[in-house]
Amino acid sequence: MALRGKKILLGKVGLDGHDAGAKVVALALRDAGAEVIYTGLRKSPEFVARTAVDEDVDAVGLSLLSGAHLELVAETMAQLAQLGRADMKIFVGGTIPKPDRQALLDMGVRGVFTAEMKIADVLDCIERELA
Amino acid sequence: MKADADIAGAEDQQSAAGRLITPSGIEIPLVATPAMHADHREQPGEYPYTRGIFADGYRGRLWTMRQYSGFGTAEESNRRYRFLLEQGQTGLSVAFDLPTQCGYDPVDPMAAQEVGKVGVSVSSLRDMEILFEGIDLSRISVSFTINGTAAIIYAMYLAAADKAGVPRRKLTGTIQNDILKEYVARGTWIFPVRPSMRLVADSILFANEQTPRFNPISIAGAHMRDAGCTAVEEAAYTLSNALAYVDELRARGAELDSFAPRLSFFFYVHTDFFEEVCKFRAARRIWARLMKERYGAKDAKSWMFRFGVVCGGASLTAAQPYNNVVRVAIEAMAAVMGGAQSIFTAALDEAYQIPTEQTAEIALRTQQVIAYESGIAHSVDPLGGSHYVEYLTDRMEEEITRVMADIERSGGMINAIERGIIQRRIAQRARERKIQTDNGARIVVGVNRFRREHEEEWTGEVFRPNPDAARSVVERYRALRAQRDNRAVERCLSELGAAAANERHNLMPLLIKCCHSYATVGEMVAALKRLWGEFEEPTGL
Repeated sequence: MALRGKKILLGKVGLDGHDAGAKVVALALRDAGAEVIYTGLRKSPEFVARTAVDEDVDAVGLSLLSGAHLELVAETMAQLAQLGRADMKIFVGGTIPKPDRQALLDMGVRGVFTAEMKIADVLDCIERELA
Repeated sequence: MKADADIAGAEDQQSAAGRLITPSGIEIPLVATPAMHADHREQPGEYPYTRGIFADGYRGRLWTMRQYSGFGTAEESNRRYRFLLEQGQTGLSVAFDLPTQCGYDPVDPMAAQEVGKVGVSVSSLRDMEILFEGIDLSRISVSFTINGTAAIIYAMYLAAADKAGVPRRKLTGTIQNDILKEYVARGTWIFPVRPSMRLVADSILFANEQTPRFNPISIAGAHMRDAGCTAVEEAAYTLSNALAYVDELRARGAELDSFAPRLSFFFYVHTDFFEEVCKFRAARRIWARLMKERYGAKDAKSWMFRFGVVCGGASLTAAQPYNNVVRVAIEAMAAVMGGAQSIFTAALDEAYQIPTEQTAEIALRTQQVIAYESGIAHSVDPLGGSHYVEYLTDRMEEEITRVMADIERSGGMINAIERGIIQRRIAQRARERKIQTDNGARIVVGVNRFRREHEEEWTGEVFRPNPDAARSVVERYRALRAQRDNRAVERCLSELGAAAANERHNLMPLLIKCCHSYATVGEMVAALKRLWGEFEEPTGL
């Protein structure tokens, strides 16, 4: 229950319909005590940013398996900045090739997760960043 | 569901008592005996087709080797198709980009980052013409993985054939057109369930009359499976979806035997060899009995369960990717032993990128080695009669039938999908599978066992998408809108909108007319959305 009291938004940005990973993480976060809001598929970066601000979440997790992760994560972060929340903690999961993982971290993403990582490691990372 | 209890047990597959179960939760005997299965005497080609729908198996006709491919612009995909055909591939399988699949034109703000990324962008008849340039559509069968916009893409393909002078009745291939599983797992839905079911019925009824050799639907379990459900659930959900389509078509007044022979299926094959082989044997038997005994189909072709498969997907790993060649080979063997009509073998780098020409070639060669060197295709249903295979087939039949009965009792598949029940169940399964992988109960070579200390991720060629693809797609789109007769397009679109309001109107002829006028996918979808609205996804977990 290490994430008790934390509120996390999980968003699918862009058009990709793979939601198994996002849902697995959502269930794991909930088991760890967090309150989870899942946006459902095909949301615009603007929608995700606005929801994150309206719901006053502690972190945003973006799930992308379409190859459009660099562009869509950057856009979501820009939208958050416009809403005055450049400080929002962002995590990214999906099929992210290795060179892009570093690129995302360099953009300010707090953690990048791929399918073969253990869920415990994913939760540890989020917990650390939200501590 | 009983399987729920079994899956909990699956977390510890090798319990102290030495009890083993399959991934679907079926007990595996140390040695199977004749007493463990019914006495099956049927031959291949005989009802209920457990041993295959053809008496002569693959001697009569080998399966179709159909590699899923498409990316970037229509020109680039056309070049890849010609390459694959030159390498001995026997059918094409078109991958579309997400904007095309979800009904957005390339200039739509929702599409901006995804044009040409996971497949080819086709927004108008112009793109479709380029896609098949130099390919004889009367000889090559083409499969389209498209669902939300399936009726539109089918119409566009017919328009392209019309323009190329190919008679519609000569076209062969398949359009996936299975919207129900999109709501469950794949996610390219557009309209609410009911009008979507109408579009599916419209296209099937139209295909019956106009393209008798082209399969207007491929009812797919594959994506639900890859999202996390078991092989038993994959078969159960897929057959339940199929019955929903059958009911819809019958409600439209169609005679069962007029369309049932055209229904085809599509499944994933993962690495558990015997479960996969038996899944297909069981599914053939269940479908035949449902069609003949419950629905009263008279034509033997209506009883025959025909299916294609994809090997790979979630069974592949990004770690130690060369191992994926072996996994796919085992899976493709299971597909052949299970009697598949067409096989797609995924490339070893599928877990993280669009295949390069080299990895795509290895994937195709895998099938060719199985087909031409291994000899397993020579005798029909070579595993039939094995006590274990007959036992597992019987048990899977029981379990699949039980899951189907559960769905029916709780109000049917459409109801379950609208309420998000199946979606939640699959998410739960994905979570269980992840837990089993993380704790090592489910062994994945190279991931949770036999890892090397410092693993280099990928040493092969990296696929680089053409960075200019999106730009040239958008340029062609804008040029098209400037050149075409926009008033004619408007007229076609408003006719379409008016016809959509009348439920008894088959929309296919008007969609074809729209395509001929070079109306775009996004315009046709917008015309229908105005009337029908959009599906509201149940997101509750």
